[in-house]
Amino acid sequence: MSNDYNDILQKLCHHLRQLAGPEVEITPQTDLINQLAIDSVKLLNLIMEIEDEFDISVPINALTDVQTVHELTNLIHQIKSAK
Amino acid sequence: MSLLDKLDAVAAARKALLPEGMDVFGIPIGEIYSATEAKIGDRRILFLGTNNYLGLTFAPECLRAAHEALESEGTGTTGSRMASGSYGGHRALEREFADFYTCHSCIVFTTGYQANLATISGLAGAGDVILIDGDSHASIYDGCRLSGAEIIRFRHNDMTDLDKRLRRLGERSRSTLIIAEGIYSMLGDRAPLAEIVKLKDAYHSTLLLDEAHSLGVLGKTGQGLVEETGLIGGVDFITGTFSKSLGGIGGYCVSNHPQLDQLRYVSRPYIFTASPSPATIASTRAALKLLHDGVGLRQQLWKNAHQLYSRLQELGYQLGPEPSPIIATILDTPQQAMALWHGLLEHGIYVNLMLPPAAPDGKSLVRCSVSAAHTSEQMDYAGQAFADLRETIL
Ligand SMILES: Cc1ncc(COP(=O)(O)O)c(C=O)c1O
Repeated sequence: MSNDYNDILQKLCHHLRQLAGPEVEITPQTDLINQLAIDSVKLLNLIMEIEDEFDISVPINALTDVQTVHELTNLIHQIKSAK
Repeated sequence: MSLLDKLDAVAAARKALLPEGMDVFGIPIGEIYSATEAKIGDRRILFLGTNNYLGLTFAPECLRAAHEALESEGTGTTGSRMASGSYGGHRALEREFADFYTCHSCIVFTTGYQANLATISGLAGAGDVILIDGDSHASIYDGCRLSGAEIIRFRHNDMTDLDKRLRRLGERSRSTLIIAEGIYSMLGDRAPLAEIVKLKDAYHSTLLLDEAHSLGVLGKTGQGLVEETGLIGGVDFITGTFSKSLGGIGGYCVSNHPQLDQLRYVSRPYIFTASPSPATIASTRAALKLLHDGVGLRQQLWKNAHQLYSRLQELGYQLGPEPSPIIATILDTPQQAMALWHGLLEHGIYVNLMLPPAAPDGKSLVRCSVSAAHTSEQMDYAGQAFADLRETIL
């Protein structure tokens, strides 16, 4: 995995911890909705923060394929690399 | 998980949230006495959550028109607008709406929900972008999904945020549809239309404004926020509904772009559903006249809105940011909201309850909507009920 990916993962985990609380363990395999109890609206708000953090546009349609932290990191990575 | 297991999970989640025996979202209304009163169980209650802004549901002109159409044209059209379902009345209402806005074209739809689905999915498609306010109504979200365009949200009423998101799009902002609402249904606040129009011009985008809650409520003749702000020329498409200030059911889109008419051939929510019934069209035509001439109704509506808003503010309830016919009480927990909602019902007042995730920012809402048909005494009575419940809720 590239440095870029790890950098995105780290920043994403920082945002997730603010939503899920510091005591929850977050790994790339963590399921956003079932394990972190992030509901649909929280996820949509998280996306706006991610857009600002990385200065990218993340269409919310792309989230249909996203379930885990890894998948979200990958999505951001793809959008960032395509810029 | 099987298909039915998923529904069982929904039932379990609702049961965990709502106290036993409290069917908040399915209260059957018995008799309807008037635009503001009805019977629930064996008691008379005050409607304070309907969207009957001008109180026209029992207007004699509308009742008469509906009766006549029912007698002469039957109960339903049994056809789509596209095939056998466009009667003279449908066309006439479209002309009257276009004239009302002094616009080139209008299309009438079967509901406001479908008006948004049809307009959004007819305008934008794969490869385009739609920028929507974070507090947008579900019909806007669903229309966006149906379109296949990329959906990007901006922070509610935050123009710096919209600017930033348009900038990020680069050249794609030219094939971007921006969507806002005249008055937002959650908190009753208005869109900053002047700034939105400025941004859409600067980025060469297209603007759709949903006036569902502002039609009949804002502007001298009731056009909505476009009239209140004098900015109708800056808005490309306006959608709205007959189900609120017009007291019926149905929806519309108006525009000065002649291309609007092409939606009739490409838009599935227009084509693949039956057209509104003749009685609905007839009552809506009568209601639109009353709405246009309803300066006095709007005065009464706003008087009621200010009266209840300032009373609740004095009592220390946290409210939406500005007085409006939608008066949302914002509560920190679903338990507080349910207690307030239930307490109001015990006082004979029926309002709307919104729990997370339906309400913004994890809060819960007890939402009142006032009507021109409410009397000052009814507003006083509602204010007193909120006062009685204050101690136990806050
Ligand atoms: C902002 C907004 N748009 C559209 C609609 C849909 O209107 P209708 O009830 O005609 O389907 C509503 C109604 O709930 C609304 O609040």
